[in-house]
Amino acid sequence: MPRKTDSYVEKLQRTRVWRSMFRSGTGSSTLHRALAIQQNVFLHLLSTKVRRRMLTFRATWYLGALTLGTFFILVVTGILLMLYYHPSVPQAYADVKDLKFVVSSGMFLRNLHRWSAHTMVFLVFAHMFRVFYRGAYRPPREFNWVVGVVLLLITLLLSYTGYLLPWDQLAFWAITVGSNISSAVPVFGDEVRFLMLGGHQVNANALLRFYVLHCVVLPLAAVLFVAVHMWRIRKDGGLYVRQSEPGREAVPETAAEEAVLEKV
Amino acid sequence: MTEPKDFTAGIGSDIKKSQKRVLFVTRRTSAQVKVADEEQVQTYPEGLLRVVLAIELLAIALVLISLFFNAPLEGMADPTTTPNPAKAPWYFLGLQEMLHYFPPVVAGVLIPTVLVVALVVIPYFNVNVEADGVFVKNRKRRLTIFYIGAGALSVFLWFFQVYVALGPTLIIAGLMFVAAFSSARSPHAFRRYLESRAVSWWIMSWFLFELIVLTVVGTFFRGPGWSWVWPWRG
Repeated sequence: MPRKTDSYVEKLQRTRVWRSMFRSGTGSSTLHRALAIQQNVFLHLLSTKVRRRMLTFRATWYLGALTLGTFFILVVTGILLMLYYHPSVPQAYADVKDLKFVVSSGMFLRNLHRWSAHTMVFLVFAHMFRVFYRGAYRPPREFNWVVGVVLLLITLLLSYTGYLLPWDQLAFWAITVGSNISSAVPVFGDEVRFLMLGGHQVNANALLRFYVLHCVVLPLAAVLFVAVHMWRIRKDGGLYVRQSEPGREAVPETAAEEAVLEKV
Repeated sequence: MTEPKDFTAGIGSDIKKSQKRVLFVTRRTSAQVKVADEEQVQTYPEGLLRVVLAIELLAIALVLISLFFNAPLEGMADPTTTPNPAKAPWYFLGLQEMLHYFPPVVAGVLIPTVLVVALVVIPYFNVNVEADGVFVKNRKRRLTIFYIGAGALSVFLWFFQVYVALGPTLIIAGLMFVAAFSSARSPHAFRRYLESRAVSWWIMSWFLFELIVLTVVGTFFRGPGWSWVWPWRG
């Protein structure tokens, strides 16, 4: 049976349509496998090869990959949740109630979205501290660290804007506490708060603004910065290995060597 | 006449493993490979397979959690009824805890701004890039800075009665003090470990420690009016 399936797959891969989409061709040679990465618009963000040592669990704890995984789950469950949700008062709360009692698997969908969101915030923090303690922020990777800090802020904002959407007491007062802080900003405090909420207090306008930020603006920003973040890993010489520990004058040599390797 | 070349081009001795390496040796020195080329594997399929597997395991775990634990949903938002205490999401509870002690412009604006700026600039300061133990170089000067810095911070936190943040500060300062008077040849592995920690390690560990303590306190130990409660009592 598996043999038969294999032959079907092979036949499919030989068709003209398949070949027009995937030009790397079939085969398991190193060249084919390198092309599979290089000739794919998404995968080409990654390098074609990776140090074996960096694939062990010990090296990274897979925290970056897992963070991306939670983001995928959040996008899928988020789109499904959008089908049942109106960002208006008081309909929003009724919709969340419906998710709980009326929609098939609605409760599961909301649970998965919420627990994944908390997990993502936790994983982003864990990833940051892990990268720091390994020293992977050091040159030439300093800019990717900055991109990572931006991604941390985007993640916090994503979670924070999503917090308001159920429009229950928990949501309302958490956002009220947060937005009160923004009015403490010197000089522009009240203006910042007004811009954020679309009014002087958390109301229907605030819900709509948070909804737009949560479902459109921030996810787009996240995708953009994640792309840069992953592409920079390749450009900065791959996942950090401890051989380029500073203080042994190995850093500039390794960086230059990696730059040369990258260009060839 | 052409100038004599000031470099020689050659092929690395590890040509079989990594076909791409070309060596240019400048000046009249001999080539020396300090770091041997690492064993590499193809990203597709080896690397991607593992990443997909890791993500799938996490997805299974999250699905199981979602089957057994429901997301909270309280009554509809009511601007006229304030719950006591009104808490921010858990990752902001550290800041809300600070809000209890300091005016909003300090706890809500100054501290987060300083934190973000501090995180961004980490890799751009050489003091954060060095890997030597904090008191190895410039020992006298650094000891003075440590005494003044840790002392001032502790007095400041004590003055404003921020005991929640004072605790972790004193513990980290105590460990740094042990590090200052430990040597690389100490018989205790733990003291050798402390001695070899760089200054950036200490600052980040202090930050991480504070973050955990403040978040846990804000989540579990704060009740009505932000008063101290024991989570196991009622």
